[in-house]
Amino acid sequence: MELKTFPMGGIHLDKHKITSDKPIIEAGLPEIVYIPIKQHIGAPSKIKVQKGDKVKVGTLLADADGIVSADVHSSVSGEVIKIDDIVDADAYLSTMVVIKVEGDEFEPTIDQSPEIKKEITFSAEEIVKKIRESGIVGMGGAGYPTPIKATILEGKRVNTLIVNGIECEAFLTADDRLMVERAEEIVIGAKILNKALGIQNAIIAIDENKPHAIEIMKKITRKYVGVNVRVCESKYPQGAEKQLIKAITGREVPSGKLPIDVHCIVQNVGTVHAIYEAVQKNKPLFERIITVTGDNAAENPQNFRARIGTPASFLIKQVTTHPENIGKVIFGGGMMGVSAVNMDAPVTKLTSGILLLNDEDATKPPETACIRCARCADSCPMGLRPFAIAIAIRNHDNKELKQLHIMDCIECGTCSFICPARIPLLDYCKLGKMEIRKQKK
Amino acid sequence: MLKLSTAPHLNTPTTTKGIMLDVIIALMPALIVGLLVFGMGALQVVITSVAGCVLFEYIICHYFLKSNPTTGDLSAIVTGLLLAFNLPSGFPIGLTLIGCFVAIVIAKMAFGGIGKNIFNPALVGRVFLFISFPVQMTTWPKPQAFNFMNTDMETGATTLGILKHLKADEFAQIPELPSYLNMFIGNVGGCIGEVSALAILLGFVYMLYRRIISWHIPVYYVGTFMLLCSIHWLLTGEIRHEPLIHLLSGGLMLGAVFMATDYTTSPMSKNGRIVYAIGCGILTYVIRFYGIYPEGVSFAILIMNAFVPLIDSTFIPRVFGTRRK
Repeated sequence: MELKTFPMGGIHLDKHKITSDKPIIEAGLPEIVYIPIKQHIGAPSKIKVQKGDKVKVGTLLADADGIVSADVHSSVSGEVIKIDDIVDADAYLSTMVVIKVEGDEFEPTIDQSPEIKKEITFSAEEIVKKIRESGIVGMGGAGYPTPIKATILEGKRVNTLIVNGIECEAFLTADDRLMVERAEEIVIGAKILNKALGIQNAIIAIDENKPHAIEIMKKITRKYVGVNVRVCESKYPQGAEKQLIKAITGREVPSGKLPIDVHCIVQNVGTVHAIYEAVQKNKPLFERIITVTGDNAAENPQNFRARIGTPASFLIKQVTTHPENIGKVIFGGGMMGVSAVNMDAPVTKLTSGILLLNDEDATKPPETACIRCARCADSCPMGLRPFAIAIAIRNHDNKELKQLHIMDCIECGTCSFICPARIPLLDYCKLGKMEIRKQKK
Repeated sequence: MLKLSTAPHLNTPTTTKGIMLDVIIALMPALIVGLLVFGMGALQVVITSVAGCVLFEYIICHYFLKSNPTTGDLSAIVTGLLLAFNLPSGFPIGLTLIGCFVAIVIAKMAFGGIGKNIFNPALVGRVFLFISFPVQMTTWPKPQAFNFMNTDMETGATTLGILKHLKADEFAQIPELPSYLNMFIGNVGGCIGEVSALAILLGFVYMLYRRIISWHIPVYYVGTFMLLCSIHWLLTGEIRHEPLIHLLSGGLMLGAVFMATDYTTSPMSKNGRIVYAIGCGILTYVIRFYGIYPEGVSFAILIMNAFVPLIDSTFIPRVFGTRRK
């Protein structure tokens, strides 16, 4: 079968998918969870609880403040012992609700039965309302509030929903495992979204290095009209929204525009699964699948189902008996993940993985002179010229930066990865974007 | 303490040093053929040139720039090998060192070192020697395959030299030339590294396999030259314009595969590289067919090197989601 892919740049990455055959296991309950009230793009949510309150699993902790915001729910039952600003994985102070865990009591509205509920009885409006009330945001890492992407604005038209099962990041297998173990729920989730969007066409995109997921998804989708599987080439960054749309539909999102401008909506498989649970099972987003992994620093890498707010250290302890060997803790994958300041930062709705590197792997090699090999430009999936961006930044040439289309950078990190001189090209690109944004203000 | 850094946290294993090492490996077949064909005379030039280039770079870094020597990236070895490949066997040691000085000190380090030079250092060294010491630079020992220790060398003209100096009344005759097979495997007179098309092709294939270079520059360069040469040959019908002879003799293959593809002195976009290679092909044809020199590859590449900044700012790849301007 013909493999879909994007035509410009991209690299074949050594993916380190060492956990792709490890079934999802329950991470268990930590003693204390730290739940940030802002786990999304947009306004922080308004806190609804106070110190001393008793909460259950699924209790609303914070209310969305406006459209671009999201509800936050408790992931455990217990007592709120503190609401404070605590350092998160990004090294920023973030307001968190700290809950001491007591037992594991769910809100009675949540359907905990294992059966799969196939029939979709809700209207489009009801579906969007349920998604909103469940606090669902883009779980692939962007954190964009999902209700916005499930509603079509006046004058816009959508004809294709792409369910993103590419997971092209190095090391991560959370989406892969979810597709293998919860295929039917994802397909029903896609049908639900189709209904909300008023369309008949959902495509589940999976890349070729997930044969197990492809096989299962193909089998399941045969029973559902309007949901189909497309297999993509295993290339980085195939899972990036614009690259995926190009591969699947051949349409190119114009510079500065959104997927909806080419009539597409892209949702991560994790998000679609959360939508299924929200709509069919009344279950707010309080847990997610997380790959905790590493080549040399994790002896027993795993795919966990973990409650939001679980400290990373609680998961790390379960994959290694020698935490002193860890040199770097990365929230996310090897290419785009964020290096955390401490091991106690909590997992959020966006944490798809925790990658552990030993001290040697964590050491960045020294930078040498650019040899003009053009690998950065040849492999940039957006057709940018990172070497020229780096020069423009050094020269403080903002006019040149705009001409270099700096704002189109998707920050995939391919340029820094591929550079034989180890120049931190992505840092220059990010710096350039900040400069341009500053100028606009 | 946890280490902190920005993404990405992974790097390709390929480094500048690794790339240079691959180029050196790709140069090995041509080196072996050069040594087999020319013996001790060639070995002396290669050793002098490589040692000279590395030494000059080290001296400049250590004593003049007071910085960490960049000789560890192996690029000086590549320059040394390429310079030696562009010299005749038995070229005097002192003159070879002058070539190294010009290549490394003037053409490379004076511009800021690796990645900053405008012209290919090895070619600048060669052209300097060619203009300053024309006699020594055109004293071509005859090939003497496997007769390694023979230092009493006969000299003779190269194939291109024979063709260039034919008189008008000899055009119709077939001059005495090496066989195509000898030209292909390298048992002919010429510069140390340029004689064997086969060895250079092996190096080319290796570099393609290792993704050190793409095929565009060598193929467009040789293709353009061969096209013009063939047209000229068909129009005149003279044996001295026979394209296959021109392909297999002189520095065309060496230049197209190893010199024109130098990262630093070639364009950084695909279309730019194609334009640059076509320019090299045209200039090589013009110099070989209309100039006073039998050979035009070095000059052609150096002239196109000068156009690289202009090509780079003209042929810009299309950005995703935009139309080409």
